[in-house]
Amino acid sequence: MATQARKTQVSMKVNGVEVDGLVEPRTLLVHFIRENLQLTGTHIGCETTHCGACTVDLNGMSVKSCTMFAVQADGAEITTIEGIANADGTLSALQEGFRQMHGLQCGFCTPGMITRAHRLLQENPNPTEEEIRFGIAGNLCRCTGYQNIVRAIQYAAAKINGVEFREAAE
Amino acid sequence: MIPGQFSYHRPGTLADAVKLLADLGDEAQLLAGGHSLIPMMKLRLATPEHLVDLAGVDALKGIRRDGGAIIIGATTTQHELLASDTIRSALPILHETALLIADPQVRYRGTIGGNVANGDPGNDMPAVMMALDATYQVEGPTGARQIAAREFYQAAYFTAREPGEILTSITVPVPPAGHGYAYEKLKRKIGDYATAAAAVVLTIRDGRVATCSIGLTNLSETPLLAEEAAQAVIGTSLDAASLKKAAAAAVDIMAPAGDGRGPVEYRKHVGGIMVERALKRAAARAA
Repeated sequence: MATQARKTQVSMKVNGVEVDGLVEPRTLLVHFIRENLQLTGTHIGCETTHCGACTVDLNGMSVKSCTMFAVQADGAEITTIEGIANADGTLSALQEGFRQMHGLQCGFCTPGMITRAHRLLQENPNPTEEEIRFGIAGNLCRCTGYQNIVRAIQYAAAKINGVEFREAAE
Repeated sequence: MIPGQFSYHRPGTLADAVKLLADLGDEAQLLAGGHSLIPMMKLRLATPEHLVDLAGVDALKGIRRDGGAIIIGATTTQHELLASDTIRSALPILHETALLIADPQVRYRGTIGGNVANGDPGNDMPAVMMALDATYQVEGPTGARQIAAREFYQAAYFTAREPGEILTSITVPVPPAGHGYAYEKLKRKIGDYATAAAAVVLTIRDGRVATCSIGLTNLSETPLLAEEAAQAVIGTSLDAASLKKAAAAAVDIMAPAGDGRGPVEYRKHVGGIMVERALKRAAARAA
């Protein structure tokens, strides 16, 4: 039906920039971000709400952008991986942590891991290892590089809290 | 993985939402958190022509105390439940259960109303609501009515909610101070639906079980209230023989599907174990 294909205007603030676009109601948020906005750091992994590669921060929540329509995000404030670096372009504590602690192997899950960890550290600036693991339970790493992902987040937490990163004794 | 086409509606009031549903008829579906519906739409297993998004209806949000009950708005998310001090202190079993649902991202979006109303036997909250003897408020073109959680579930994805009705809130009577509770969920991995799960709410007086209710998740095409199992422990000190008797009574009413989570006999077997564990843990927490 022609009426159903009618496009809707959406506007949102993505990484601090006001953006808008015309979308079909069925357009998923991840497609709007990747195709309309050309921000391809947000990855499409499983497309079934399991893997978390498409995680973005939306109004202070971590969401899987493959499981939301762009129309639902109308008026929202969104941060994608492209908006995570410091304002001067230097790496954020999390990005630095992932680099220093080898928190990525193939790198496919990394944008989702970092945007999720970003919100986790906002809510819990000093998480235990268990809390980190529970907090990233919605993000899968097919390289199974979780040990170093956890260390990377611990590194970032230490840096944000202004303390020296010390690894727990084995 | 692209959903079929649909028209999107975002009413600002409950009255508008009810009217929209009535006007649009059978081809309209409600959208709350979307974490059950949108995956089904992407698989084209659901192809609604209209989505009525409840996100703009503020009256459906929030958690408040009303005398001896807690009223939870239907679009309250699992994340908001977890953040609520009211829930943590008055209904700790809901806190415990919400932590076992899906993963953080899904909990930010998934709502309590969607969880109890869509009739998926894998959802965790329905059995807990049955154990707590909660009541659901629904509103439709002919007005509002109340449905007991224990009367709500008819078959997989079939409930007492009529087409055109919207679940608006859940009223949960607050169990007495010092009650014991537990939700024991066996799952293959974090984020999975239950292979088997049991919810227990009980009170203990003078070392014996005074009251007890038991709900079961994903062990039949609907959540189950295991009344005979609960009766089997009332008046006992939860000795080994009573626990076994309760587990056996619960297993008797289980009729799970054999699927990727295991064959029927296995799921019934672990279902009984969940009942025993939940009873023991609830009793240990009771004052």
